[in-house]
Amino acid sequence: MIPGPFEYHRPGTLDEAVALLASLGDDAKIISGGHSLIPMMKLRLAEPAHLVDISGLDGLDYIRESDGYLTIGALTCEAAVDRSDLIHSKYPIISDTAHVIADPLVRNLATIGGNLAHGDPANDHPATMLALGAEVVVSGPNGSRTIGIDDFFLGPLTTALGADEILTEIRIPTPPANSGGAYIKFERKVGDFAIAAVAATVTLDADGNCVKAGIGLTNVGPTPVRAKAAEEALTGNPLTDDNIATAGRLASEASQPISDHRGSEEYKRAIVEVLTKRALYKAKSRAEGGS
Amino acid sequence: MGTQSISIKVNGAEQTGEVEARLLLVHFIREDLGLTGTHIGCDTSHCGACTVILDGKAVKSCTVFAVQAAGKEVQTIEGMTTNGELHPLQEGFMEEHGLQCGFCTPGMIMSSKALLQENSNPTEEEIRIGISGNLCRCTGYVNIVKAVQYAAAKI
Repeated sequence: MIPGPFEYHRPGTLDEAVALLASLGDDAKIISGGHSLIPMMKLRLAEPAHLVDISGLDGLDYIRESDGYLTIGALTCEAAVDRSDLIHSKYPIISDTAHVIADPLVRNLATIGGNLAHGDPANDHPATMLALGAEVVVSGPNGSRTIGIDDFFLGPLTTALGADEILTEIRIPTPPANSGGAYIKFERKVGDFAIAAVAATVTLDADGNCVKAGIGLTNVGPTPVRAKAAEEALTGNPLTDDNIATAGRLASEASQPISDHRGSEEYKRAIVEVLTKRALYKAKSRAEGGS
Repeated sequence: MGTQSISIKVNGAEQTGEVEARLLLVHFIREDLGLTGTHIGCDTSHCGACTVILDGKAVKSCTVFAVQAAGKEVQTIEGMTTNGELHPLQEGFMEEHGLQCGFCTPGMIMSSKALLQENSNPTEEEIRIGISGNLCRCTGYVNIVKAVQYAAAKI
């Protein structure tokens, strides 16, 4: 399959990249790892007249913790996220997520910034970032701005990013003590998109009550879905079997799956319910110091 | 949409070409350079038959534009032998019967090479994860895992 013709640009700096995007407008697409865009271009689902390759830009490939945030540069590849000791030890939900994205070869090029900026509800990081209450930093002609993750995903393959903006950083608030999270994906085979997947985070108080919960759902709606009612049902309550079961049911109700080759709507809703419970049990165990 | 000049170091030798931006790396390797050991299987980033090593990392060359690889270093299956001597991985696939039809083998070997570079003594599970982006429809993977273990023991 041969993609349509396009002009290739390789700006040397972020400012140059932004200026290029501003001048090329909607005819341009940003490419870094290209593992979402190139397959779409081969199918001619995307036929950009210009590609602006940002993969060579310096200073956008890092994973660090400072001022109460984990910050990840947008060009950090999934393999680096998957292998990061910092992420593995303190943010295991993100390791869970990176580890089930496509396969190791794809993870060598695919970037975490692209996974979010592509705006595909089937991608894995969006649900996790919803559960973690992340925000993204974007650069445009007027400087940079920060967008809360709840305001970022607007529709299928549509985000709050302007045509002349580049996602540069993901910021995740460092969770307080006694917090845990987990991402559980159900897929037909390695490398496939999820039939459904669930990201769950919890913070417990000294009595074991859940003081904060985050639940995000993958590939069961036009955008990644936050299961708000399920989060609210858990907040202020102990994570008993009954309460976790209720959260599972509410998450299933919040999902909006469609029947397709990965399963019927009914089946996917059942999967969401089960995965929500499993993710919550795992998040709880991690919050209590387990693995 | 004209063409542009690119230069990529392939198997140690600088290769230049005048390419369209939309030319995929796998087509540059196979058609422009005539190195047909790198295969095209699914052409959809799933099967890994087109795996090459790009700046030290195993990648699917059907999902990289040749212009993106400009200035970088690529290793293909043709670059695995040294002075006519088989690489331990090639030997392992032969000794352990790690191939039947052979279509996936170049990709399997390139993935395994990148894996062994990072982890010279992988467990069976680590090998299976390492080659999980490469599909084999003949062997059931058992002998491929043995072939990688053979090479790991020898390297």
